[in-house]
Amino acid sequence: MSLLELRNVSKIYGELKALDRVSLHVDQGEWVAIMGPSGSGKSTMMNIIGCMDKPTSGEVLLDGVDISKESSKRLTDIRRDKIGLIFQQFHMVSYLTAVENVMVSQYYHSMPDEAEALEALGRVGLRERARHLPSQLSGGEQQRVCVARALINHPELILADEPTGNLDEANENIVLDLFAQLHREGTTLIVVTHDPEVADAAQRTIVLEHGKVAREVINENFGK
Amino acid sequence: MNKLPLPLVNLLRKPGRTLALALLIAFLALAVFGGSVVVLSLRGGLQSLEARLGADIILVPSEAQSKVSFQNMFLQGTTGAFYMDASVLDKALEVEGVEKAAPQTFLASLKADCCSIKIQVIGIDPALDFTVQPWISRSLSREMGDMDVAVGCKVEADVGETIRVYDQRCKVTARLEPTGTGLDTAVYCNMDTMNTLLRAAEEKGVSHRIESGDSVISAVYVKVRDGADIDAVNSCLNGHIRKVTAVRTRSMITGVSDSLAGISRTVTILIAAVWVLAIVILLLTFVLIIRERSREFAVLRLAGASRGMLSRMVLRESALCGLLGGVAGTGLAALLLFPFAQLIESALNLPYLMPETGTVLLLAVGTVLLSVGVAALSSVTAAYRLSRVDPGTALREGN
Repeated sequence: MSLLELRNVSKIYGELKALDRVSLHVDQGEWVAIMGPSGSGKSTMMNIIGCMDKPTSGEVLLDGVDISKESSKRLTDIRRDKIGLIFQQFHMVSYLTAVENVMVSQYYHSMPDEAEALEALGRVGLRERARHLPSQLSGGEQQRVCVARALINHPELILADEPTGNLDEANENIVLDLFAQLHREGTTLIVVTHDPEVADAAQRTIVLEHGKVAREVINENFGK
Repeated sequence: MNKLPLPLVNLLRKPGRTLALALLIAFLALAVFGGSVVVLSLRGGLQSLEARLGADIILVPSEAQSKVSFQNMFLQGTTGAFYMDASVLDKALEVEGVEKAAPQTFLASLKADCCSIKIQVIGIDPALDFTVQPWISRSLSREMGDMDVAVGCKVEADVGETIRVYDQRCKVTARLEPTGTGLDTAVYCNMDTMNTLLRAAEEKGVSHRIESGDSVISAVYVKVRDGADIDAVNSCLNGHIRKVTAVRTRSMITGVSDSLAGISRTVTILIAAVWVLAIVILLLTFVLIIRERSREFAVLRLAGASRGMLSRMVLRESALCGLLGGVAGTGLAALLLFPFAQLIESALNLPYLMPETGTVLLLAVGTVLLSVGVAALSSVTAAYRLSRVDPGTALREGN
């Protein structure tokens, strides 16, 4: 069953076609990597799927709803309810502790629950670092807090933009293991990357070039 | 902790920024509350002075103008005395247009063994008096008996105590409400007591020019009949009674009133200048803060905050800062104004009567609410701008 479907999606900035009639679909529970060189349209696609931007034309169906036609307020609601976002930079609120950064997502979603937030931090191996400020955490730890924050509201879709781009190998493996665990639990994952190793961890890789889908690769070794 | 009051957390975790904003708002609150209390106190002082003088014209011996500055006696409570024949009262009542006339007799005590304190004693005729008696009646329900005195609020004597004036023992029967004028430093008695004191003073060799014992007075307070021309009555009094000068009270108060208007104007301009400056600084500060925090707001947007939620958060933060600064500024102003009221009064050299507690509380609450409102309003533009920022762009630009 398809969770996400893009139908002839284009995004045009002046003369530049960032996305050019892209069509693709992602099934519920699927783990998809999106690869491509710089300027291929990865970030644009991520912004559109993540309800942060709207396409110039085409349809984006998320859980059956065409989000390309939705208002900004509705897009915020959809993002809050259905999507967990992870970025390459560890975007944390500097004056909040690790657990409070996780609770921020609950705060805007439903109601902050510290016990649940601590549990999410435990899941990413940071239970003991819960009371630390971002400045007291390493890059890898900050990214794991972001993962905990992204999954705290049990989103249907985790959207990660270069999640391991700033991590060392050990932390990269920790994050990929977390993704694998989320995938086993049925969460849909879309990971934008240009690291082939990260792409290899996914079930399927979609390669973008010049704003178009150049090819799709099924990972035969997935799960082995 | 199952709550995350983000506005409060932000303020507490950024103490430097919070303190700077609160200080700015405190400065504004201090200016508004302090300035308003000073202006109200000056107005109150003038109103009280007008009410206490309560007469349209005052008759004094012509020599009073050269002997002492009688205006200072009436307005600032400096001690002094001058006398004229008590028949001036009857002569004044004969003049067309005079509705009421009441005598007062003055006696200054000495800073000597015979007197407890150096004060101005004012004798009144309770049956005729229409200026001081209503004020005395508020603190003393019965008539003043012989050798009873009512003291102004700044006289250092309590009810029940006895004060000595030229070795005569006078019992303090009432302590009067403050007027914010020189009248607060005087002691009031009836004419019989005054005559006793005058005789005692004479016996002590104090050089008062008392020629006919009981029949001297210092001033006659005249109330002009409604519709009568006060200037015309004043001229008539001057022409009708020899060796007496009739002075319009309005001309006595004009100087005070002009000074008060000048100070009020200056204080108002200062308050306005502080306001304009503070609001401009607040607007700029909030714009800078919001710019500095664009990445944080983008993260919160991505965490699910709507534009409205973020705007409300910013407004709450600034309102909390306003509350903190407003309370601090108002409190500081109160700490400076109330314990040092007498110092301010002496520095201004004008009638100065603090507003009543209820008015002060209302003013304080109003100032705090104003501080909260101004702080919140100053951040509205910034909050609106912030809410229009696309979170994805903000995060990329903030990288």
